[in-house]
Amino acid sequence: MNRKNPLPNSNPNSPNSSMQALHFLQALARIARAAPKPAHSARTRQIRHAAYASMAHSSRSSRRTWSRALLHRLRQWQQQRPGRLLTVRRRVRIVTPITSRPEEPARAETLRQLVPGGRGMEYCNLLEETADYVQCLRAQVQLMQTLLDAFSS
Amino acid sequence: MSSRRSHSRHSNASRITEEEINELVSKLQMMLPDAPIRRNSRVSARKVLQETCSYIRSLHQEVDDLSEKLSELLASTDTDSAEAAILRSLLMQ
Repeated sequence: MNRKNPLPNSNPNSPNSSMQALHFLQALARIARAAPKPAHSARTRQIRHAAYASMAHSSRSSRRTWSRALLHRLRQWQQQRPGRLLTVRRRVRIVTPITSRPEEPARAETLRQLVPGGRGMEYCNLLEETADYVQCLRAQVQLMQTLLDAFSS
Repeated sequence: MSSRRSHSRHSNASRITEEEINELVSKLQMMLPDAPIRRNSRVSARKVLQETCSYIRSLHQEVDDLSEKLSELLASTDTDSAEAAILRSLLMQ
C-alpha cells in the first residue's frame, strides 16, 4: 500500500483504527444521503464533527481523558447555533486547572491547550495522552485521505 | 474524583521518575514526522514538546482541509457513487 506520506508506527489493520474508520464512514454515509443536501459550510462542519467524534469513539481511546473531554466539547458544539461553532461555553470546572509547574518545560502549557482535557492532567499523564491523541489524529487524517483517493479512483 | 486527583498530585510526583518521563518524551519523539531521520540523536524534551505542538496543530489543520475537500466532493458526487467510494475505503482498512 503506497500512501503519499507513509507514517511511522501507524497500523491501519489494528482493531482500534478499524472501529474509528467504521464510525467515521458510517457518519459520512449518513451525511452523503442527507436530503435535501446541506449547504457546503454546514456539511463541512458535519464532516469535521464526525472526524473528531470517530476519533473519540475508537476502542483504544474511549478510556482516555482526552476522548471524554473531546466528546464533551463536541456535544457543546452541537447544542449551539451553527454560526458559533468555535465558541465554547465555559462551565465551572470541578478540577482546578494546573498551571505549569517549575520542573516542566514551558511548552507543556501550550500542549495542554492542544490536547483535549489537557489542562487538568498530571504532566506524566499529559505525555501519555498526547501520544494516544496524536495516534488517533494521524489515523483520522490517513483515513480521510484514503477516502478522498477512493472518490477519484 | 476531583479530590482524588488533587490529593494524589504529591504522591504521584514522588513516584514518577525522571526516567519514566524521558521514556514518554522519547516515545513522543518517535511519532514526529522526521523521527526516522532523528532516531539516534537525543533531542531535548523542550524541543520534542515544541515540535509535538506544531505537529498537532498541523494535523488539526489537515482535518479541517480534508473536511472541506470531502464536503466539496459530496456536493458534486451522486449518492450512489459516494456510497461506493465509502465502501471501497472501508474495504481498504
